[in-house]
Amino acid sequence: MKSAGSTPPGKPRLTTSAMIASIAAEGQRTKPAPFGHALVELARSREDVVGMTADLGKYTDLHIFAHAFPDRYYQMGMAEQLLFGAASGLAAEGFMPFATTYAVFASRRAYDFIHQTIAEEDRNVKIACALPGLTSGYGPSHQAAEDLALFRAMPNMTVIDPCDAHEIEQIVPAIAAHRGPVYMRLLRGQVPLVLDEYNYRFELGKAALLRDGADVLIISSGIMTMRALEAAQALSDDRVSVGVLHAPTIKPLDTEAILREAAKPGRLVVVAENHTVIGGLGEAVAALLMRSGVHPAFRQIALPDEFLAAGALPTLHDRYGISTAEVKRQIKEWLR
Amino acid sequence: MATPTLANAPTLAQRARSIRRNALLMGEVQGQGYIAQALDIADVLAVAYFHAMRFRAEDPAWEGRDRFLLSNGHYAIALYAALIEAGIVPEAELQTYGFDESRLPMSGMASYTPGMEMSGGSLGLGLGIAVGMALGLKRKKSAARIFTLFSDGELDEGSKWEAIMSAAHHKLDNLIAIVDVNNQQADGPSKQMLGFEPLVDKLEAFGWFVQRVDGNDLDAVVGAFDAAMSHAEPKPRMIVADTLMGKGVPFLEQREKNHFIRVEPHEWQLALSALNAGDQS
Repeated sequence: MKSAGSTPPGKPRLTTSAMIASIAAEGQRTKPAPFGHALVELARSREDVVGMTADLGKYTDLHIFAHAFPDRYYQMGMAEQLLFGAASGLAAEGFMPFATTYAVFASRRAYDFIHQTIAEEDRNVKIACALPGLTSGYGPSHQAAEDLALFRAMPNMTVIDPCDAHEIEQIVPAIAAHRGPVYMRLLRGQVPLVLDEYNYRFELGKAALLRDGADVLIISSGIMTMRALEAAQALSDDRVSVGVLHAPTIKPLDTEAILREAAKPGRLVVVAENHTVIGGLGEAVAALLMRSGVHPAFRQIALPDEFLAAGALPTLHDRYGISTAEVKRQIKEWLR
Repeated sequence: MATPTLANAPTLAQRARSIRRNALLMGEVQGQGYIAQALDIADVLAVAYFHAMRFRAEDPAWEGRDRFLLSNGHYAIALYAALIEAGIVPEAELQTYGFDESRLPMSGMASYTPGMEMSGGSLGLGLGIAVGMALGLKRKKSAARIFTLFSDGELDEGSKWEAIMSAAHHKLDNLIAIVDVNNQQADGPSKQMLGFEPLVDKLEAFGWFVQRVDGNDLDAVVGAFDAAMSHAEPKPRMIVADTLMGKGVPFLEQREKNHFIRVEPHEWQLALSALNAGDQS
C-alpha cells in the first residue's frame, strides 16, 4: 500500500493531490505565464513561429499565444503521436513549431514519434513540457521523473531544465536562435521569480556560478537551483559555505564549467535535480568527472528509483528529499 | 507536370515495368529485399511519378514540388526504383543498394536519399507528418500537394487513426493518401492480424473522399488519382489500392505469400526474364 506517509506530529496534514499545484512557496515572488508571454514576444518578430498543443493549451500557458495569434495556433486534439508527427511536418515546410503537452506524454507516449520524425530528421521543433519531475501530486501518471534521462539519450536533442520565470523568458528566444530540436521543461501558471536577483543571463549550453562557497559545491538544474540557493543561505547561518553552479542545459552539458568548479579542492560536490537518480544531471556529471579524472567527494540529491506517491507537493518534496529543508539536512549529514 | 509530351514518351505501362526491373536488379544486388511489395506497388508509383506529381528531377527539393511521403519505409526498394526511373537518383547507384556508404539503405530515410521526404521504418509515422506538411503548405498558400503511401498493416497503429481524424478535421484537401492493401504483414494476412474492413465505409465515416481500385490496373489507378486531384469537396483523399504481391512475375505471384519473400540466387534473372516476357505478351 502506497501513501505519502504519516504526518509528523505538529505538522498540518495537507490534503491536495491535485494535478496542477503551484511550486511557488507562500509569499514568494512570481510571474504569470512567462512561457506564453515570451512566445508572443518572439512571434512578433518571427513569422515562422507556430504554436501547437494536444488539448493542453491552457495548462502549458500556450493559450496566451493562441489569444495573440489565433491563426498561428494548432489545436491537435488529445493525440500526442499526431502532435509531434505534425510538428515535424510543419518544420519540414519551414515553420518553427513550439509544441506543448505534459512531460509524461512527450517522454513516454510520444517518444518514438519525437525520436524518428523530429530528432532523426533533425527538425527545428521546440518541445515545451509542463509538470516536469515531481511537480504534480497526482501520482505517477503525471509525474515525469525520467524525462531528462529519456531525452538525453536521444541524438540531436538539446535538453533544458529551467529554474524560474526569469530564465524561461530568456530561453524562448535563445532556443529559437538555435537551429535544431529542443526539449525544454516548462513551469507554468504563477512561476517563481528568483534568478533576476543574481544578475543572471541564460546562455544555451552554459552553466552559471550563482554563488561561491568553500565547503560544498551544489551543481543543480530546474527548481532545484532555487532550493539549492535557499539551502545555501540557510547553511551559511550554520557557518557552512556553499557554492551553487546552475546547469540548466542538461545536454549539451557545460563540461568546462563543471570540471573547473568540481576540480577546486576541498569541496563536497552535490548534484541536485528534480528527476530520478537514474540518467539525469547527477549521473551525467558523475560520468564526466570519472572520465576526466576529477574525483571529489560526490553525492546526489534526486528522486528515488520508485513510483512516487500521490499527495501534496510539500509533503512529497520532504519525503523524497528535494525540499529546501531536506537539501540542507542531507548536506549537514554528509559533512558530519 | 513531369509527364513528357513527346510522342515517343514512355507509356505508364513501360514506366511501371522499368520500376519493377529496377527493383529486381536491386534485389539481385543484395540477394534479398521486400521485392513482392515493390512489384505490387509499381503501378501506383508509375502513376504518381509519371502522371500525377509535379517535380524537378534535377532539383528534388524544389519548393513547388508535390511531396511524396513513404510511410512504409520497407518499401524503399520500390521508391528507389521509381526515383531512378524519374531521374532523381542516378541509375548507376542501383548497384550500391543496401551496401555501406550507399545513399540507398534498406529502409527509407530522409537524411540519406534525394527525393525521400521522411524516415519511415517505424510504422504509423507518415500520415501524421503528412498532416503537418499539408497544414504547412496551406499556411504558405502553396498549390503543392502531399501524397503519402502506407501499407494496410499500418492501419493497426493508433497513430494512423489520430491522423485520419485530424486530416478531416482540418479539411486537408491537399492531401492524397494511398493505402496498399496487399493483405500481407509480418505475421500473416493483414485482415487476420487486426481486421480493418469495411475500410471504405470506415474512412468515409471519418470524413474522407475515398476510392477503392485494383491497384494493378493502370487505367483504374490513373482514374483514381485524377478524381482525387480534381475532387471539389474540402476533404482529404484516400485511394484504397488492392494489389497483388509479386505482380508482374508470375512465379512470384503464385509463390506462397510471405512478407519477406525468398528468392533463390538463380531466380533473379528468371524474374527479370518473366517480367520482359509478360511485357511482350
